[in-house]
Amino acid sequence: MMKTTGCGRAIHGLSRRSFLGGMAAAVAGSGSLGSGAAFAGDLAAKHKRVLMVFLAGGVSQLETWDPKPGAITGGPFRAIATSAPGVHISELLPYTARQMHHLALVRGLNTAEDDHGKGSYIMHTGRPQEPAIEYPHLGSVCSKLLCPEGSPLPGYLHVTPGGGGGSSPADAAYLGPRFAPVNIGEGRAPQNIDRPGSLTAEADRMRQELRRKADERFLATRRAARTEAYTQTWDQAKGLMDKKGLFDITTEPDRLAAGYGKHDFGRHCLLARRLLEGDATFVKITHTNYDTHHENFDFHIEQLGEFDRSFATLVDDLHQRGLLSSTLILVASEFGRTPNVNHLYGRDHWSKAWSVALGGCGIVGGSVAGKTNGKGTEVVDRQVNGGHLFHTYFKALGLDSTKNFFVEQRPIPIADPKTEPIKEILA
Amino acid sequence: MIWGQDAKKEDKPKSKDEPKKKDEPKKDGLKKDDPKKAAPKAEEKPKPPPPPYPGWELDKLNTPVELKQGTPMSGCWFDPSGKWLFTTGIDSFIYRWELANNKKTELAGHGSWVRSLGFFPAKNLMVSAGYEGRLILWPIDGVQPEPLRQVEAHEGWIRSIAVDAPTGNLVSTGNDGRIALWSLPDLKPIRSWVGHDCHVYQVAFAQGGKEILSADLKGTIKVWESASGQLLREGKPAAALHKYDAGFAADIGGVRHWALSAKGDQLACAGISNVSNAFAGVGNPLIVVTDPATLKSKKLYKPKDAIQGTMWGVAFHPAGFLIGAAGGNGGGLWYWKPEQGDSLRYHKLPDNARGMALSPDGTRLALAFAGGSARIYPLKA
Repeated sequence: MMKTTGCGRAIHGLSRRSFLGGMAAAVAGSGSLGSGAAFAGDLAAKHKRVLMVFLAGGVSQLETWDPKPGAITGGPFRAIATSAPGVHISELLPYTARQMHHLALVRGLNTAEDDHGKGSYIMHTGRPQEPAIEYPHLGSVCSKLLCPEGSPLPGYLHVTPGGGGGSSPADAAYLGPRFAPVNIGEGRAPQNIDRPGSLTAEADRMRQELRRKADERFLATRRAARTEAYTQTWDQAKGLMDKKGLFDITTEPDRLAAGYGKHDFGRHCLLARRLLEGDATFVKITHTNYDTHHENFDFHIEQLGEFDRSFATLVDDLHQRGLLSSTLILVASEFGRTPNVNHLYGRDHWSKAWSVALGGCGIVGGSVAGKTNGKGTEVVDRQVNGGHLFHTYFKALGLDSTKNFFVEQRPIPIADPKTEPIKEILA
Repeated sequence: MIWGQDAKKEDKPKSKDEPKKKDEPKKDGLKKDDPKKAAPKAEEKPKPPPPPYPGWELDKLNTPVELKQGTPMSGCWFDPSGKWLFTTGIDSFIYRWELANNKKTELAGHGSWVRSLGFFPAKNLMVSAGYEGRLILWPIDGVQPEPLRQVEAHEGWIRSIAVDAPTGNLVSTGNDGRIALWSLPDLKPIRSWVGHDCHVYQVAFAQGGKEILSADLKGTIKVWESASGQLLREGKPAAALHKYDAGFAADIGGVRHWALSAKGDQLACAGISNVSNAFAGVGNPLIVVTDPATLKSKKLYKPKDAIQGTMWGVAFHPAGFLIGAAGGNGGGLWYWKPEQGDSLRYHKLPDNARGMALSPDGTRLALAFAGGSARIYPLKA
């Protein structure tokens, strides 16, 4: 779908990025169409945040949230009790088990899509792919609906396990690249966040002042979405430079950093907490990789061994700092994994009956919705899909999930209108 | 015919009865390399070379006995008497098979998969190790063996145990990273220690029980003094069995099975190598043989056949040849002469092998398959 501005012309995003360059490109974008007025009441509410932990490749529900010990499909791991009475999870998550009173489980998920790309799309947009429209990712939606005006931080930050920085404009779809994620490759600060060494602070201040005056003069006679976005981009880049200290996790106490773990995912979780504490709106961390067609059990020991303690420390840290009540946590994946153990000791893709975990803002800690059968092959109670999850996310954040975005006057529901929130886990 | 293709090529002996005379014209007037020479008559073909291991027919898989467990298997073991075969799988049972009549008995006691067994023949006892971290002592014989004693030995999986029959000591290792020494039959702890920086996959006794060998995910092998737990030496001769897959951000491999030669001078480590896709299991089975006295030398036994997967079983046959069994995109069984890298013989297996055991007298080879059955192949014609 073509992105348009208020003036009705297509955005020339590439030339803008080329002009802004480096870090500015990461936050470049333009205003998009949307029903801002429809969410005015929501925006006035307390700033809500979202932490999305994406376990790339398809984490096994049987080795995490819905263990089936003793079943032929159950694998070798036991289920353990948690801090939520009556709720058991895999023994691979002993630290998370102690935080379960902050978390809820959705065990009746059937997304009916076993392809990585399509499954990821459902879990990021709440809908299956459609030929006629691209839907924005959850982070982009939250950036638009929750990010305070003038925030120095981009509304959607994605801490990736590899790669560089930059942005992924396609994720914002019709909302426009302003709401696209800014990628924090390997947890490093965005490129060019430091003032060039050859530029003194005073020279930089004078340069910014000159730009500001030129913008004001130009905007006085030619105000348009594009020109406003241009100014917004510069301002946000400047704000991000002023906040660069958020990306420096070395200032954290050693003991706390050790609790998160010294590995990449641990560092990324610690960075996520700093960003959320610094008023970031949507932070996504990707942990890779769980596509365990081979040696599922050994690989889950290794990967969840990293995830468990870091994630649990993050949940506890957010709680200790009083941020959990305003931060929605979700742990998702493309799909789950087959109950059947294949000939390589692996599990393959399985979207018919799997689980996600939520927590924090608007969620009843320790609650469970949905149930699978004894072998974990089918949902037998409270089956839901990606649409239900999106209604639940928005409801938990205090947003009306039945409202619409308007793209060229066409209403597009922010969540699939055929589904509804999972009320059992909502506060 | 008992020669494998590789052996033919490399070891073809000259016939004593018909010494070759390269340049001497033959009766038909044509030299040996003359392109017009006539094809040799059938009766003129050289006699088959003598077998490399007389009495052991390796060129075919003899008709096996099939034992159907019903659940995908993960391992198999002969007891020291050769009367029983024990198998395990992806459930919590141990299956005992009486080889005289193939009768199956299920041994219940574990709370998770059972991945390693050890035998204490002096007392006719067996110890099993489960992924729940428990060691269980069993009688080998009897109509329906029941646990005699059990101990919570490790936090997380026990991946390997071994028994030193003369002393009655047992060594175990698990996902808690500890190597633990126990006495049998009381299953009393003697000492334990942590000595690897990653998961320990195998343990074994060597040098008449004076030394303990351990091997890990990264192919590191360490030798410990049994009496003290002190590290004697270490090396990475099996590093070829490990890879860190940066794409998936995970380690793959490790010493998945191993065997010590009767003299104790060769240690064969089995696993997967040359991994190009860790999470799909795209790699090649490999055996690395090293000298445990130095841990420096190494010889690689890599099948050249188109098999992807992991070498799940390795054994030194008393006659001198090396045996390996693998599973992945199909099952394979190989025999090697120790002094040559190319296999002496390759057999395609009907299923993915996940475990292998050689009977104490070397006359039977048991293979445990992912499909849920075990097959016992007679090795002698």
